Amino acid sequence: MAAVTKQNVNAAMVFEFMLKVIDVMQSYFGKISEENIKNNFVLIYELLDEILDFGYPQNTDTGVLKTFITQQGIKSQTKEEQAQITSQVTGQIGWRREGIKYRRNELFLDVLEYVNLLMSPQGQVLSAHVAGKVVMKSYLSGMPECKFGINDKIVMEAKGKGMTTEDPARSGKPVVVIDDCQFHQCVKLSKFETEHSISFIPPDGEFELMRYRTTKDISLPFRVIPLVREVGRTKMEVKVVLKSNFKQSLLGQKIEVKIPTPLNTSGVQLICLKGKAKYKASENAIVWKIKRMAGLKETQLSAEIELLETDTKKKWTRPPISMNFEVPFAPSGFKVRYLKVFESKLNYSDHDVIKWVRYIGRSGLYETRC
Amino acid sequence: MTDSKYFTTTKKGEIFELKSELNNDKKEKKKEAVKKVIASMTVGKDVSALFPDVVNCMQTDNLELKKLVYLYLMNYAKSQPDMAIMAVNTFVKDCEDPNPLIRALAVRTMGCIRVDKITEYLCEPLRKCLKDEDPYVRKTAAVCVAKLYDINSSMVEDQGFLDQLKDLLSDSNPMVVANAVAALSEINESSSSGSPLVEMTPQTVNKLLTALNECTEWGQVFILDSLANYSPRDEREAQSTCERITPRLAHANAAVVLSAVKVLMKFMEMLPSDSEFVTSLTKKLAPPLVTLLSSEPEVQYVALRNINLIVQKRPDILKHEMKVFFVKYNDPIYVKLEKLDIMIRLASQANVAQVLSELKEYATEVDVDFVRKAVRAIGRCAIKVEQSAERCVSTLLDLIQTKVNYVVQEAIVVIKDIFRKYPNKYESIISTLCENLDTLDEPEARASMIWIIGEYAERIDNADELLESFLEGFADENSQVQLQLLTAIVKLFLKRPSDTQELVQQVLSLATQDSDNPDLRDRGFIYWRLLSTDPAAAKEVVLAEKPLISEETDLLEPTLLDELICHISSLASVYHKPPSAFVEGRAGIRKSLPASARAGSEGVESTESQAAPAVIPAQDSLIGDLLSMDIGGPTVAPVAAAPAAPFGSAAMDLLGGGLDTLLGETSSSPAPPSALAASSAALLGDIFGAPAASATYVAPKTTWLPAEKGKGLDISGSFVRRNGQLFMDLTFSNKAMQPMLGFAIQFNKNSFGITPASPLQVQSPLPPGVAADASLPLATTGPVQKMEPLTTLQVAVKNNVDVMYFACQIPMHALFVEDGQMDKRVFLATWKEIPAQNEVQYTITNVMHSADTVVSRMQQNNVFTIAKRNVEGQDMLYQSLKLTNGIWVLNELKIQPGNPNITLSLKSRTPNVAEGVFQAYDNILHG
Repeated sequence: MAAVTKQNVNAAMVFEFMLKVIDVMQSYFGKISEENIKNNFVLIYELLDEILDFGYPQNTDTGVLKTFITQQGIKSQTKEEQAQITSQVTGQIGWRREGIKYRRNELFLDVLEYVNLLMSPQGQVLSAHVAGKVVMKSYLSGMPECKFGINDKIVMEAKGKGMTTEDPARSGKPVVVIDDCQFHQCVKLSKFETEHSISFIPPDGEFELMRYRTTKDISLPFRVIPLVREVGRTKMEVKVVLKSNFKQSLLGQKIEVKIPTPLNTSGVQLICLKGKAKYKASENAIVWKIKRMAGLKETQLSAEIELLETDTKKKWTRPPISMNFEVPFAPSGFKVRYLKVFESKLNYSDHDVIKWVRYIGRSGLYETRC
Repeated sequence: MTDSKYFTTTKKGEIFELKSELNNDKKEKKKEAVKKVIASMTVGKDVSALFPDVVNCMQTDNLELKKLVYLYLMNYAKSQPDMAIMAVNTFVKDCEDPNPLIRALAVRTMGCIRVDKITEYLCEPLRKCLKDEDPYVRKTAAVCVAKLYDINSSMVEDQGFLDQLKDLLSDSNPMVVANAVAALSEINESSSSGSPLVEMTPQTVNKLLTALNECTEWGQVFILDSLANYSPRDEREAQSTCERITPRLAHANAAVVLSAVKVLMKFMEMLPSDSEFVTSLTKKLAPPLVTLLSSEPEVQYVALRNINLIVQKRPDILKHEMKVFFVKYNDPIYVKLEKLDIMIRLASQANVAQVLSELKEYATEVDVDFVRKAVRAIGRCAIKVEQSAERCVSTLLDLIQTKVNYVVQEAIVVIKDIFRKYPNKYESIISTLCENLDTLDEPEARASMIWIIGEYAERIDNADELLESFLEGFADENSQVQLQLLTAIVKLFLKRPSDTQELVQQVLSLATQDSDNPDLRDRGFIYWRLLSTDPAAAKEVVLAEKPLISEETDLLEPTLLDELICHISSLASVYHKPPSAFVEGRAGIRKSLPASARAGSEGVESTESQAAPAVIPAQDSLIGDLLSMDIGGPTVAPVAAAPAAPFGSAAMDLLGGGLDTLLGETSSSPAPPSALAASSAALLGDIFGAPAASATYVAPKTTWLPAEKGKGLDISGSFVRRNGQLFMDLTFSNKAMQPMLGFAIQFNKNSFGITPASPLQVQSPLPPGVAADASLPLATTGPVQKMEPLTTLQVAVKNNVDVMYFACQIPMHALFVEDGQMDKRVFLATWKEIPAQNEVQYTITNVMHSADTVVSRMQQNNVFTIAKRNVEGQDMLYQSLKLTNGIWVLNELKIQPGNPNITLSLKSRTPNVAEGVFQAYDNILHG
């Protein structure tokens, strides 16, 4: 990414804007490639004209842009329609248009968490945090007001005090300590600051409602225990034990452990108890794939690595072992308590809305040093 | 169907073909043709020849086609200004189109056409659009004002667009407000006068804060950035503004978060640091900053550079967050280096163990730059946290054992610093260091190693052999290494004179005869002479105690840091340079943090910041003047040769430290008691002078040399007369990071021949953050040269950093001498003698004094009353005064009881002193 300027501009804004431009273009024509840019140059001119004026970013919300910048060009509109577009582009609720109707009012909530871990070879957690986000897909009629409730520690404790007898910690309900959270622009931030309640009028379709970060009490779904032995100058032995650490009834998926090997590796012999393992010379790593693995299980891989003699005095610095996985729960303990929908003008109530909640825990940067 | 086909036509006669297509009747064909034109334009072909044909397509109701034509116009109007006029009519018409999108498009495009003739036509439509009923048009028009200002600033001011823009600040639509704010900020920043054209009032701030909750993320950035330029009136306002901004910290956009942090950091300065609000705000700031580290690498980098500033300003905010700055294997190198920097800043006794084990890990990585920095970081940890020094040293030793060349070299450089910080503690490791002598090939590492050998020559049995081995290739060494080698061998000789005489002679002759480096030659000669004349003195000089190196290295200067805090999130904060250093042309206003609400009442000497604008001539002529004065006039100040003491720098000038104590006696001895007493008396005068009205009038000290111009030295001062002697009272504040010494002062020739009567005596060295007073007695026997204005005095102050020049104004009353009383008859005769055209009349306004108090007040300032008369209810006073250069001034005052204005008539043979005398009267009577 690069930008030019003559002034002392807001650098953070420049970068954020460029990332946003990429988002917008991707949502219009997919991958940004030379071919796609050629194919859509008129559209790109039109978009740039709209999202940037004299270097000031304007409205960059794809939902809104798509209402009046279409690939076919604008068909003649009635005056009311034009007025509606302009008020929407500049308006307070720029992310939703009026008059949306669905026969079935439905919403989907995906709690997506990325677990990041850095562990020492001795199994000490050096740093761990969960970067989570709540993605919402809403198919709701009208201009619904939503209220979203989570098991945030601050809220739960305040609640507990109100009911006097029920202390959330003692009652066994798990709470999550959220270090920091950020919301989609539709969330009323001032209300969150004062009442700690998350209320908003959602955009139509898919959007990222909130992002959060936690560092306390993270349940780490997997543990990697490495054992590396250098046998002489031309041989190395690596043993990696993988333990799954969650409820037995749940299944972890798409598990992949990447064990780096020295640059001068000439051959690798592998034995693994579960899944498939392969030495990939192009990546300088052994890639060990396991399709599924239940909770509270253990498996291992051992490898003998043959090395070429080299004259470089430089020692091989061992990069960390990284891994990927997907588990069907939120490692931070994040729980959706409720999502209430209020639409006063249309006659459907909270009960009529069909709601779906799904939890997915994925690996972020999940590394164990060896 | 895709657009890529428009790029493919490359055959000859293309332009001609396009021309006919553009004039085709069918709309579809026309549109196709315009797209082809734009495609050619995009790839850089010159299609300006088609200008009239494209402009012909402008009148269309197809929005897409219109946009393309406008695009073409923006690109080529400048090259075809005459034909661009053809388009004006359509623009004006489009500005009244029923479709708001077209109205906005027209205004937006017109602003982008930088042709003078077109801008004239822009004014009317723009004025209308600023009041358009549709917010989309208004927000576009707001930006257009900024565009117009860039083309023709005076037109914007003349046409009253600024006021219209200001009105938009209270628009009902948040996006209009945001764009208006953005436009105003840009206009303010680029205004040629340097002062903001539009001032923010509490009311507008309130409106902006309301709009903040409702506008787009970018709008929020504009608003927050402009709020950062506002200074709240008091603590309460600052606090309530902070409260309303805090929710922005939870925004998903990093730019919004950083801009909010900027405003909060700035306003926090105004609040008492021990208040509960500041404590809670400090807690709230940490999480969002940490979250920024999980964004894209580019944004992360911007965040890290800013965190680097924030950590220096308020270390408390992130002191518990060390772990998040641990480097990840996949981080881009620029992120890694920055994280490392912040880790060191955050290192403390509590977390040093963790930091060290991380740093050790990093030191085995692949990237050379990163590894070097990690090793250096270990050394900095040792110097910063004393308790960790031992562990750091053992870690460094471990690293040396790895024998990785650049690790070893880097480790040796930092170990030298550790030796300097903790002398006589870790010398046991020297033998290990010596083992790696052969592998060192970088000058800095070699120089460090040589320094260590020289410093500890008595403990290293074969020091002479080691040094001799270096000496073989002396001529090929880097000058840094040569200097070190010279000093080390001299040290060795002083410690073990018996068997190293040959070696020292060899190095001295190499340095003095075979080298063409003046530094090396000079140092060689000094050593030589010292050794040959007085070996005992040589010992004292060369083996003198060295000052300890400071703990924190590479911190930013406080004044610069404060300025950068005001620029958080901008490019300046990324470069760690003030905007003036990289933005061309516009000088702009330098930003500074608001003063703390309490600081004012605590400080005794109030350095008034609203200094009178001093007339300073161009630097070069000033220097020239000062130089010529050097030859002509007597040089009073003994210029102590005090070389810069290199704190923490790698090349240690050992000589410097020694010479300093030898030669710099005048500069380093504390100021004699008389000067101290005098300055404290001046202070008392400052405090009591004004209210009691019984002492001589003393103008408050004004800042003559601000710290940013004085390389960290801030000088404020005033002139005063005590016991018939003229003094210059000065306050020197050291706002730099290092102690200052070797102060001296000189004046340029001036109207009154003022010159220092004795050398300047300031506390020296002046430690960082300390202010010292000095009182400099002045004589009027110096060379005279008429200045403009008359009372200007050009001063040069020198210290170990640099020579600084500034100009100040001598208040005329300080020049009134004690024997200024004229005999009555002489007065009368002189008054008549002086021609009437020499009489100047002034009015002193707003003074409520009776004739008697005027008499007594003026008397204290050496203005003597000759006669007093009462004419028709008016008091007439006749007064005389004499200036140091013997010029007499005769005055007549008319005082009417009940009238706050006094009329002053002056007569003098040299009428150009009149203005100064009037100023003196005005000051004394108001003082």
